Amino acid sequence: MASVLIIFAHPVYEKSRVNQYLVKAVKGLKQVTFHDLYELYPDFDIDIKKEQKLLAKHDIIVLQHPFYWYSMPPLLKQWLDLVLEYGWAYGKEGTQLRNKKLFNAITTGGTFEAYQKEGHNRYTIPELLYPLDQTAFLCKMTYYPPFIIHGTHRLTDVEMQQFAQDYQQIITGLRDDLFLEDDLVSAAYMNNLIDKPYSL
Amino acid sequence: MDKSFLFQAIVYLASAVIGVNIAKRLGLGTILGYLLAGVAIGPFVLGFVGEEGKDIMHVSEFGVVMMLFVIGLELEPNLLWRMRKLVIGLGGMQVLGTTIAISLAAYFLGQSWQAALAIGATLSLSSTAIVMQTLNEKSLLKTSSGNSAFAVLLCQDIAVIPLLAVFPILATEVVDNQSASLIGNFSGWQQTLIVLGAIAIIIVAGKYVVGPVFRWVAKTRQRELFMATALLLVFLIAELMIVVGLSPALGTFLAGVVLANSEFRHELESDIDPFKGLLLGLFFISVGSTIDFGLVKDNFLLVIALVLGLMFLKGIILYVLGKSFGLKGDQNMLFAVSLAQMGEFAFVLFSFAGQYALISAGDIDLLIAVVALSMALTPLFFVVNERLILPKYFTKEKSNRRADEIHDKNPVIIAGFGRYGNIVGRFLRANGVSATVLDNDSDRVELLRRFGYKVYYGDASRFDLMKAAGAETAKIIIIAMDTPQQCLEMVAMVKKNFPHLKILSRAYDRNDSFDLMESGVDFIYRETLDSSLRLGADALQMIGFRAYQTHRAARTFLKHDERVLADLIKHRHDSKSYISVAKEKITELEELILRDIKDEGILERDSGWDSDKLRTAPKS
Repeated sequence: MASVLIIFAHPVYEKSRVNQYLVKAVKGLKQVTFHDLYELYPDFDIDIKKEQKLLAKHDIIVLQHPFYWYSMPPLLKQWLDLVLEYGWAYGKEGTQLRNKKLFNAITTGGTFEAYQKEGHNRYTIPELLYPLDQTAFLCKMTYYPPFIIHGTHRLTDVEMQQFAQDYQQIITGLRDDLFLEDDLVSAAYMNNLIDKPYSL
Repeated sequence: MDKSFLFQAIVYLASAVIGVNIAKRLGLGTILGYLLAGVAIGPFVLGFVGEEGKDIMHVSEFGVVMMLFVIGLELEPNLLWRMRKLVIGLGGMQVLGTTIAISLAAYFLGQSWQAALAIGATLSLSSTAIVMQTLNEKSLLKTSSGNSAFAVLLCQDIAVIPLLAVFPILATEVVDNQSASLIGNFSGWQQTLIVLGAIAIIIVAGKYVVGPVFRWVAKTRQRELFMATALLLVFLIAELMIVVGLSPALGTFLAGVVLANSEFRHELESDIDPFKGLLLGLFFISVGSTIDFGLVKDNFLLVIALVLGLMFLKGIILYVLGKSFGLKGDQNMLFAVSLAQMGEFAFVLFSFAGQYALISAGDIDLLIAVVALSMALTPLFFVVNERLILPKYFTKEKSNRRADEIHDKNPVIIAGFGRYGNIVGRFLRANGVSATVLDNDSDRVELLRRFGYKVYYGDASRFDLMKAAGAETAKIIIIAMDTPQQCLEMVAMVKKNFPHLKILSRAYDRNDSFDLMESGVDFIYRETLDSSLRLGADALQMIGFRAYQTHRAARTFLKHDERVLADLIKHRHDSKSYISVAKEKITELEELILRDIKDEGILERDSGWDSDKLRTAPKS
């Protein structure tokens, strides 16, 4: 059984309905650590050593966050900047993250169509996540496709509940090694792995 | 003529007021003003004061005594150690060289070798009072010439001790001088021992007795009592020195050095300072008034020749020495000119030599007139050097090297190191910024010093103390004194005297902030504001609010509250509108923060990310 670390970053979590459903669905799962950055570091003063220890203890790292300006909230970027140190995460002796898995769990107001070549945003989310992909590569981690929830402002409670269950299924599936590595690497969205091509 | 005490006081003070004022306006410096005032009221011009001038001289010599005490206070032992080369090398060579040259001259002019030696040694000394005062007035003390002059003066002052010890040995006649000092009846060597004993007493007492006494007095928090104790200390030492037949000035100088490391240094300095200044002025007046112009008139050419000859001789020796010690051009010239005169110790040493009949009475009178005249001429020489010699010969080297080393001057001054100031101080120190700390709680000062802090005892709202703490060169002052009243006084003082300082003031509460704002302080910190908000934010978190949300709310509250303060101050004296405006602002704030919680704003902004909405939005 693998261990999962969910690094969660949402500056206004108290107002994000969809994230509240998602968090409820994964918090407290066996072998799953939920780590809330904005709650721990409201002043952005990140405890690097503590974060590194936490990372070292887990096999699968999930970055759960809203998609802000085609990227992540500032504290999560700060976290990446500080915690993935040279000599620890990458570089000659930076082997601490080697062979761990990394992926993003993203919520966004934009629709699936908006994130297409012909869409309003011109790029798909996996494309926009290339910096993360490369980060994982640099640290000799395996980068998995993102789990994504689109159009969050228009979701009904029932739909959100459904997404929360999907999320739980993904997390437990990864933990219990239920997916094929080939499928994991080649899927466009993590959602595809549980036979949920993006439709909602 | 009525010569009551009051009348004399009026004459002296009036002459000082008028004389110094005129001299200042003519650009001649205060010392020349005092001297001329003395000459004017002396027996040879207006005749307001006659022989009593000599009595005044005794009192006013305390000016010199106190000056040396203050100089001593400035001299921390490590500074003294750093200056050892200059003091011993330059100073020693000056005293030795000048003594030999003048002694030889005196010997060939017909004095006995003992008298010649006494005259040479005495005349080799310069006037600490005039030189220090002038250099200070012209702010030349920190220049290389000022530094060297100071070192030489220091050496000369120290040289007085062996001279006083040697004169009785040189004396060929035994004179009945028991009135002169209580130890006159002892033999020369016994006297020397007693003298050394007295010096030992000063050093030991300064180290182990004075500190506790001052601490004990400081606890009363009565400034005048502290001042009285400081004066008492100086008088006690002076008396002790007189009893053993030593120079009181030297004794207090020694006491000053011993106390230079104590936390009371700044306070002592500023307590003594006004007395020092006034008494020094009085001293210069009495020097002026006691110049025996009758004697000068009778031996006019001889006196002029002696004065100019001696000053020229000393000047040349100084110039040569200065050159060999690396002083260049204008600095060397200034060094030579400043020390060319004879000093006030000559009065003491000559009368001492007179007691032992080492020099004849007539010669002594003549020499004292020469010394006084040379002192009187010094400020004039300064002016001549400054206006004629330097511009003509040394212009190209002017104005390089100035304000060399400033000891113990920090960019930050913290006034008040209590529960508030000490946090600031610790924070600054943790960041490698040392601050000069002033505090008027002697217990606390002592405690902090034990922790290795550089803390000075004293009421920071005093101009002189601030000056001593380096306010002129500092950049910012942090005011964190115990009561709002003290802080306000401090602000007024700083605004008036040190307008270049940025003032960061702690405020007790809202009202106090208003007072500070009205007095023109821009950086005000209400002491309870930040920590209260931190507590509030923690409380919200414990109730279940998100950490980042409470953090934001606290920031919003803080910013809003500071903005409101600036609005409210306009209404502070009108309680009706104050309350209504304050109420309005409170509602405004509540709405502001609640809106953040309910968050229509953020939700709206966030849904901007719903790109379908974006696409369907009317194009502008």
